[in-house]
Amino acid sequence: MTQATDPAHAADSTLGHVLYVLRANPVTMLAFGMFAFLILSAIFGPALVPYDPLATNAAAALQPPSAAHWFGTDQVGRDVFSRVIVATRLDLSISVAAVALSFVVGSILGCIAGYWGGWLDSVLNRFLDTIMAFPLFVLAMGIVAALGNTIENIIYATAIINMPFYARLVRAEVNIRRDAGFVRAAKLAGSSDIRVLATQIFPNALPPMMVQVSLNLGWAILNAAGLSFIGLGVSPPTAEWGIMVAEGANFIVSGEWWLAVFPGLWLMFAVFTFNLLGDGLRDIVDPRKRT
Amino acid sequence: MLTVKDLSVMFQTRRGPVDAVRGISFEVSKGEILGIVGESGSGKSVTSYALMRILEAGGVIKAGEAEYSGIDLRRAAERDMRDIRGREISMIFQNPRAALNPIRKVGHQIEDVLRQHARATRYDARAKAIAALEAVKIKDAEARYDAYPFELSGGMCQRIVCAIALACDPRLLIADEPTTGLDITTQKAVMDLVRDLIRERGMSSILITHDLGLAAQYCDRILVMKDGLIVEQGDPVQIFSDPQHPYSRKLVDATPRAGTGVRSLLPASERKPEPQIAVSDTPLVEVRNLVKTYAGKSGPVHAVKDISFTVFKGQCVGLVGESGCGKSTTSEILVRLMDATAGQVLFDGADIAAIPARGFARDPRRAQIQMVFQDATDSLNPRHSARQTIAEPLRRLGGMRGAKLDARIEELATLVGLPLALLSRFPHQLSGGQKARVGIARAVALEPKFLILDEPTAALDVSIQAVVLNLLVDLRAKLGLSYLFVSHDLHVVRLLCDHVIVMKDGQIVEQGATHDVMTHPQNLYTKTLLAAAPKPPERRQIRDFPHSEDTDAQHDPIHDERAS
Repeated sequence: MTQATDPAHAADSTLGHVLYVLRANPVTMLAFGMFAFLILSAIFGPALVPYDPLATNAAAALQPPSAAHWFGTDQVGRDVFSRVIVATRLDLSISVAAVALSFVVGSILGCIAGYWGGWLDSVLNRFLDTIMAFPLFVLAMGIVAALGNTIENIIYATAIINMPFYARLVRAEVNIRRDAGFVRAAKLAGSSDIRVLATQIFPNALPPMMVQVSLNLGWAILNAAGLSFIGLGVSPPTAEWGIMVAEGANFIVSGEWWLAVFPGLWLMFAVFTFNLLGDGLRDIVDPRKRT
Repeated sequence: MLTVKDLSVMFQTRRGPVDAVRGISFEVSKGEILGIVGESGSGKSVTSYALMRILEAGGVIKAGEAEYSGIDLRRAAERDMRDIRGREISMIFQNPRAALNPIRKVGHQIEDVLRQHARATRYDARAKAIAALEAVKIKDAEARYDAYPFELSGGMCQRIVCAIALACDPRLLIADEPTTGLDITTQKAVMDLVRDLIRERGMSSILITHDLGLAAQYCDRILVMKDGLIVEQGDPVQIFSDPQHPYSRKLVDATPRAGTGVRSLLPASERKPEPQIAVSDTPLVEVRNLVKTYAGKSGPVHAVKDISFTVFKGQCVGLVGESGCGKSTTSEILVRLMDATAGQVLFDGADIAAIPARGFARDPRRAQIQMVFQDATDSLNPRHSARQTIAEPLRRLGGMRGAKLDARIEELATLVGLPLALLSRFPHQLSGGQKARVGIARAVALEPKFLILDEPTAALDVSIQAVVLNLLVDLRAKLGLSYLFVSHDLHVVRLLCDHVIVMKDGQIVEQGATHDVMTHPQNLYTKTLLAAAPKPPERRQIRDFPHSEDTDAQHDPIHDERAS
């Protein structure tokens, strides 16, 4: 008996389950590898890069990729490789902070609307519809332009335009479980409405939320880069992928392709990573996958 | 007519191949109704899917032959199978609501199959569809033609499914659990209809069911399946009175029927003497003039209309009725999950209906009134292990933590017979019976005085139902509980309850001592309910049970009925 249950116990532990999900699906494994690379470059990148990302060197301006400058140099002689790597931290922070904010606010609003329903539900839904009625990027532009050109405001703007997706998803997931047997059982066990929501209903919404989160991280990065590209939000000379693509775009016609291509590639790499990550994250937070 | 020889079906799963059917052989002759009986996982449905060649992805017929009127069903081309399905062999599925397209008018769904098999043209399809509806005894067929499935009751939907299955005059009808989930009177109506139609048209039929009693009543011959094998086959009376295989004996034992006690549901080797329970004459729960009215879309809905009853300390009261009779509403009000519109619920003399349901979670009496829910799967949080589920009331209301909590959880698991190794499992890793035990352990964790059992065995196989019912009897004796047992099945209620209340349309139509109500029902509705229950044939020798004198003339051997 004990022998038979031992392997089951190994799979029951969270780490064992994560390893199982990673082993079962090579794409997930690849996505987590790519994600780890991004995280590591965000944490250690600034300490490891060969050049100061802001140091100009007029003598070495606009050099093509070489052994000394892997991604070449820009118009004032800054090392593109160092700048691309250093920018990872800023771009990731913006998108993670924005997604975290919309996740929290969206979850709370969605829980309220889905659990209590009634007029509260109608009011919240119309409010979210109003946000969704705007072209989202234009709305984000408007918010940053109105609030001021800072990194915090980019985060708020990105969070606001993504929040309705979370709120709607959570609302639907909470709504279908509102009268489930296990919810009524938790009430019989003396749990208040808030506790039932937090411990019984909301965790069951996590698997689809994880897919949304990972896709959203990609969108948020694109959104932040897009705002910088049109000159809102992060301002030069800060290293940021959107700004670098914007600056580099001027030089593509004259043949200096590396200025725009490498930050663009990194942007694509990050978005691609997050898109691949979704299914794996969902499998990890779903106990039903632990068979 | 249909010959199946050494049929084996295999499924390819994540954990390797699984043999669902392992070499079974049987025949269906013309005009015969064959019953295939078995519990979940026995391969009975898979057999029928294999014959129709509608196995889900990953399933293949590994070996064996299946021949229908000279057609090789295993090797026939898909194009030929499409012709056979519906016209030669047709099928009635378990859940009529799932089998019907929810956004198409039922009349159109019947036309679909008629036109698919060129039995109707654009011009006469409507008339033929209405004729098909009339054939399954749907009143006002002309009007029903335009109904959508959601507008019809479960029994009505199943009639529509029958109409679709029979529209093209097939020669073999496979009915896969056609009445599971239907009320007992509806079950009888649908089964009688199906049997009459089969006899009238000289069709053959395979009835797949987990209910041995139902199969015995409607079939000419029964196969008992277990783990993909046929363990016994024969005449229903013979299987009931003298089962040869130990598994069929276990199934026969576990089928509740007149004249048996709750202990005799178990295999002979596991029977223990039934505990003696003394019912006190102090009332524990008194329900007085309870009323519940909902605000419906088309005016108020009167779910419970002024009912009163009493549950004494140590008593088990059965609340019986069909879906929509208000029994679930009543139990939700008693357990304080719902507020009553009017009336009192006196618990130990104090009115708990006056306390709003929302605030009752903090009431000191919360721990004393608990409930076992109908669907064990739905009532367990899929993200919580069995241990976390049982811990919930102990933590919240009992204030237990750490080693004391663990000790209590293990004590409870032992009490309900759940192996301790299973405590770390999630609901999807547990079987139906194990989930039911977790639900019961959670409900009795705080040693409540009053336990409401809402059809706790409705979703379970009969052999597991037998075990769970016995567990409930033992717990009641051991913990001195009072039960309100809510069920649609009078025969199950009879096994457990001292007193029975029959509800219909929100009102109590009859109540009294269980024995009296069962043997001398006064109300017409109670009589209908009793008559609708499947009547398995009596066993030749009735074993060692004191209750056996209850046996009476109303349970005739089924032969007479079939001859008529």
